[in-house]
Amino acid sequence: MPIIARTGNEAMSEAMRQINPDVVAAYPITPATEVVMLFAKFVADGLVDTEFVAVESEHSAMSACVGASAAGARVMTGTSSQGLQLMSEILPIASALRLPIVLCEVNRALSGPINIHCDHSDTMAVRDFAWIQIFSENAQEAYDNILQCMKIAEDKRVLLPAMATTDGFIISHCMEKIETLEDAEVKKYVGEYKGVNTVLDLKNPVTLGSLDLQDYYFEHKMPIVEAMRNAKSVIEEVGKEFGKLYGREYGLIEGYKLDDAEVAIVALGSTCGTTKAVVDELREKGQKVGLLKIRVFRPFPAEEIAAALANLKVAVILDRSDSYNNQGGPLFTEVRSALYDAAKKPLITNYIYGLGGREISLDDLRSIFAEQQEVAKAGKAKEVIKYFGVRE
Amino acid sequence: MKKNMGWKELMHGDAVQAGTAKEFKTGDWRSEKPVFHPEKCINCLFCWVNCPDCAVLLDENKKVVGFDYNLCKGCGICAHECPVKEPKAITMEAERR
Repeated sequence: MPIIARTGNEAMSEAMRQINPDVVAAYPITPATEVVMLFAKFVADGLVDTEFVAVESEHSAMSACVGASAAGARVMTGTSSQGLQLMSEILPIASALRLPIVLCEVNRALSGPINIHCDHSDTMAVRDFAWIQIFSENAQEAYDNILQCMKIAEDKRVLLPAMATTDGFIISHCMEKIETLEDAEVKKYVGEYKGVNTVLDLKNPVTLGSLDLQDYYFEHKMPIVEAMRNAKSVIEEVGKEFGKLYGREYGLIEGYKLDDAEVAIVALGSTCGTTKAVVDELREKGQKVGLLKIRVFRPFPAEEIAAALANLKVAVILDRSDSYNNQGGPLFTEVRSALYDAAKKPLITNYIYGLGGREISLDDLRSIFAEQQEVAKAGKAKEVIKYFGVRE
Repeated sequence: MKKNMGWKELMHGDAVQAGTAKEFKTGDWRSEKPVFHPEKCINCLFCWVNCPDCAVLLDENKKVVGFDYNLCKGCGICAHECPVKEPKAITMEAERR
């Protein structure tokens, strides 16, 4: 298998090239521009058979994606931040029509104030639109997650759109060594796509997107609920199979040195990599610390998280966005809810950090672990929600 | 079409079978209706092609014979598109005088 040096954006566009989708409709936005810019070059160079639709906005991009996917095409796109927000009118239509569109999302702070750097506020803002959301720790995972997203989204038990995310600049623009698959292998892996109830099937004509009021709207939401339930086991199945085929296994969550840990960080995305380095360092000093990486945010793996955190004294939930609800960030509120029914649960603290791309360093994570080890000793948290590293 | 179906009985992905509008009287809220004047008709079928509700009726020889007022919503596209010199083969008249 080829080992190459690629940024997160290049890794995602490489996966797109190998998937060779029927249609890509996209509009550029920092820091996701390169994903579709590089892909447009593949189209121009004749390396893919894709119909590339250059649109005038992300609203049009997602609309074109919905149209193409409803016609039975395999469809992909990419965006970030304000672009994802501009798509947001159409995102829940994609899931309601059960269109397995795969979106390369690069996490970036939402305006305002205007900012181009990483936080998770854009992806979190669309978390209830019935899209599968998978976070990547690095460029390798970005590549692997895009391939798996295609497989998960198109699975007959799921048929929902999916986004795989990287962290803006931290992953999207950082060059790493990644292992890719051969083109022919990817072709075999994703296989042929055949849509269900597509509008261009003349033998089975259907109407899509008709008016649906008090009498049927509620019923039409239930298949989405079921598809999201099914998605959990399908994601696990696809992650296991990926491991068997290519040596890199994935689950809904990933515990790192968690088994006998007393204090652990729970996080999404690139911060998990930084945390692993600190965990290794503190473990060498004999401290019982660990990490729980949340790979899949939608569907939310509540039972798995509750089980993984059961034996800790303290769980520190890191949120790179806030819900502005006086209740903590989106990851915290969901983890806290997941723990409600648990017989055994740790003390929990929420650190809201890194908004607008503010760096989280090894030292920052050392200080968080040190602070929370004190909490573990005291058996009581001083402050449940903390805004970490902000000047007063 | 069956009424009050449960969610497990629905077609996949918010789809419904095409052509179910035939089962409903969808043209009961017109303010104007098209009136057909057969002596002026040149049978160009512009009205038939342009009607968004398939409300223009043809006979077995594909000649226009009138409208299905259960489907027609009175949009007036047929009268507008009729290429015959005034007075046209289709005119719009108020539904209630």
